[in-house]
Amino acid sequence: MHDTVRTTEGTNGDAAKLTRKDFVSDQEVRWCPGCGDYSILATMQRLMPQLGHKKEDVVFVSGIGCSSRFPYYMNTYGFHSIHGRAPSVATGVKLANPNLSVWVITGDGDGLSIGGNHLLHVMRRKLDVNIILFNNRIYGLTKGQYSPTSEFGKKTKSSPFGALDYPLNPIKIAISAEATWIGRSIDVDAKHLSEMITAMDQHRGVALLEVYQNCNIFNDHAFEDFVNRKVRADRTVHLEDGKPIVFGADNDKGIRLNADGLPEVVDIGKDGPTDDLLVHNAANPNAGVAFTLSEMGFPEFPVPIGVFRSIERPTYDRLVTDQIAEATERQGAGQLEKLLHAADTWTVE
Amino acid sequence: MSTTDAESTSTRPDPARTEVESVTIRFCGDSGDGMQLTGEQMTYTSALGGKDLATFPDYPAEIRAPAGSLPGVSAFQLQFSSFDIRTPGDAPSVLVAMNPAALKTNIEDLEEGGWLIVDEDAFTKTNLQKASYEKSPLEDGSLAAYRVVKLPITELTKNAVEGTGLSTKQSVRCKNFLTLGILYFLYDKDPEPTLQWLTKKFASKPELIEANTRALKAGYNYGRTIELFTSHYTMKRAKLEPGTYRRLSGNEAAAIGFVAASVLSGKPLFYGSYPITPASDILHFLARYKNYGVKTFQAEDEIAAVTASIGAAFSGALGLTGSSGPGVALKQEAIGLAVMTELPLVIANVQRAGPSTGMPTKTEQADLFQSIVGRNGECPVAVVAPATPGECFHYAIEAFRLAVEHMIPVFWLSDGYLANGSEPYRIPAIEDLPKINVHTRTDPEGFKPYARGENGQGPDSLTRPWAIPGTPGLEHRIGGIEKSDIDGNVCYDPMNHQHMTDLRQAKVDRIAENIPDAEVFGEEKGKVLVVGWGSTYGAITSAVEQLQNEGKSISAVHLRYLNPFPKNLGTLLSNFETVLVPELNNGQLLFFLRAKFLVPARGVNKVQGKPFRVGELRAVFEEALGA
Repeated sequence: MHDTVRTTEGTNGDAAKLTRKDFVSDQEVRWCPGCGDYSILATMQRLMPQLGHKKEDVVFVSGIGCSSRFPYYMNTYGFHSIHGRAPSVATGVKLANPNLSVWVITGDGDGLSIGGNHLLHVMRRKLDVNIILFNNRIYGLTKGQYSPTSEFGKKTKSSPFGALDYPLNPIKIAISAEATWIGRSIDVDAKHLSEMITAMDQHRGVALLEVYQNCNIFNDHAFEDFVNRKVRADRTVHLEDGKPIVFGADNDKGIRLNADGLPEVVDIGKDGPTDDLLVHNAANPNAGVAFTLSEMGFPEFPVPIGVFRSIERPTYDRLVTDQIAEATERQGAGQLEKLLHAADTWTVE
Repeated sequence: MSTTDAESTSTRPDPARTEVESVTIRFCGDSGDGMQLTGEQMTYTSALGGKDLATFPDYPAEIRAPAGSLPGVSAFQLQFSSFDIRTPGDAPSVLVAMNPAALKTNIEDLEEGGWLIVDEDAFTKTNLQKASYEKSPLEDGSLAAYRVVKLPITELTKNAVEGTGLSTKQSVRCKNFLTLGILYFLYDKDPEPTLQWLTKKFASKPELIEANTRALKAGYNYGRTIELFTSHYTMKRAKLEPGTYRRLSGNEAAAIGFVAASVLSGKPLFYGSYPITPASDILHFLARYKNYGVKTFQAEDEIAAVTASIGAAFSGALGLTGSSGPGVALKQEAIGLAVMTELPLVIANVQRAGPSTGMPTKTEQADLFQSIVGRNGECPVAVVAPATPGECFHYAIEAFRLAVEHMIPVFWLSDGYLANGSEPYRIPAIEDLPKINVHTRTDPEGFKPYARGENGQGPDSLTRPWAIPGTPGLEHRIGGIEKSDIDGNVCYDPMNHQHMTDLRQAKVDRIAENIPDAEVFGEEKGKVLVVGWGSTYGAITSAVEQLQNEGKSISAVHLRYLNPFPKNLGTLLSNFETVLVPELNNGQLLFFLRAKFLVPARGVNKVQGKPFRVGELRAVFEEALGA
């Protein structure tokens, strides 16, 4: 076993006996009252004991922004780094000790604007980390400028006549970079959020979870049109692996692909036979359908929630560890004496 | 000369041998002419012959500039000597120019009366035009100050390798070995090591072994048989300290040194880097040392490289990042993070010339300001700088010793001249290498992430514990926001910020207790003191030594620790009437010396992308001595 891989035994190492309280730090939470971040934090703290990690093996790494305060509130190891760089800090943390369960907490500005490069590369490398991207479509900590996910034309402090930037879709970025697990959830749906966090934790590979998160100060009701309980069932669609894609309060609507390969909504029972509904396959080696689903949005379509993609690839940290093990196997463990003499030498008497 | 073939083909007796003490040769040609390889082989052979030597490769930034053009000229200079030498020499006494462009860009440096060896076959109309010569300099009398040797090198090479099955183009490429053969004869070098090297290098291409061997031998015999050289040179063996030696360049020394730090500390090395001239070789070397547990991470950019290294340091590895000035500029915010989180990090900067992209393949020492004061806020770090290629090894270990023992980022400053230059290096015994005291916290009882004195009292009593993820009971959070001392929680209290700012400075200042005093080369009191740092060591010390031998009151101090300074520096400065500070910048060390010690030190500054020459420094020192 490689020397950086540590096994931990200890007083609080018995993961089975941990409770929510063990994961709550003594720091006062300082988000604005009513912020969507609270529910994500509560879900994580409640869920952690069930995920089965030893507390000391969990590391939360964040960048800068409201969401990036998250690590201070988790009683695990944590690193609140600098703007946009959480994926690369996490890369170092994970590569130095692949046994750790490493979580990256980022936002739409932190992850897609200043840190876009790192997010892209951590996904294409397929490092075994869990990235949660809190998407509130606004800059909160700097008090209300438009973000890279803000809708075109959005009026904010820095765009009083409307933003001229087109928004990025994090799911499409993740699909293009070939992240191995890609999901989306909603801050107010604790049950679904729990399912997603559990699934991404179980996945060996790079997992990106976009969470629609409401900023009640600078971008209130950003997702209200489809997350409001009254309309959620009709305006969102749960992607469930191996099942036909259906939605609606009575499960009376579905999605199928038309002759052009484009999605269309089907009224089950009204539009004729429904045996051609799209059956979701998260492990589909072809990313095309996942990409098509990622383009669906309100009001033309219900907003997809759930796992867009889940594929198997060797993880970067595993490959790095294996390459070292192979080199050591082949060449023997390095000896400094040998390295110093690894050249043509001569003796002076 | 041990090759019997070469011996047997010659019937003439050896021309008279002249014993010389040192020779400076510069090979220059098109970047495709193999000049670096030629220089390296000459170096290797000289080293095996027991000569002290120093080298200076000078190559263009363009990988393949148009053949025959001025920007495409590549050069390699070496000085070998029977006495201790410290620089690759000032003016070459022998210049080998493979084409008109090489001649044009290098002839000014050749000493008057020096040997100029040219390939006359390359002085074609086209090549002359490419080098902007209206008339051939070989025929217009412009080279009258030199001893010009015109040889049909291309033609000789073609003849020598005929029948080996090589194409004309391939044949011509052997001309560097023919040239090398001539030089081997001229300087009494044994061609055997190069012949063996060829056999290894081209093991799978026997025709190339054959062709280059023939070219080398043909050159050697040509040197012997033609009567152009009235004498050739032989040299005594240099008086080097007893021991086992190898040739070592600065970048390779650095890579091995960082691995040594890993071995000595028992902590795995993590190198996060993004390719950049002239630092990339450190990445190339370290990427090969996987069986030492070294993890190299070629990041997507400079910022990812440094932040990954910081993450790895948090995770308990020796976090190392390396670059050159432009890359370090990008890393600075993250280095501030390492200062705030008090994690051990080493930043290797192989300096190059100029701001922005500047002159990537040329040398300069202009990143000292960047290292010491180049970040936002009060953000002190330690800075060390090796003085020779071999010292790159020792100070790589030293950088990590300080980083780990003081939980602080440390800059390690090299430059293009050290990185690519090489010298015979006496391999140290492992037991003579410094100890690195690592204290990682494991006891959860009373643990506080920013508690002090974890590593004991004395020099490191201000350090916080290295508490590594995976250790039960030490869960804690760190980050770039100001922290309260001891408990490490986010804290905006004004007096705490004052306290933490002072503490971070005190941590750096405290390092002065953990480093040796500065050594003086010469008397500890006197008229002139020359203070230098980094790669100017060779030129400064040589110039000072020459003047000392003439009885002049001049001494030198060469600083390896630039922040903090050694404790005795202030006293030393006050012991001399005049303090001179030669630097390849506009006065950066000078600035700090004047600010800190209030001494009227004077700068000796050069910013041309080239190292100091011994002669030019000597002239300035003489003036200061009033000679």
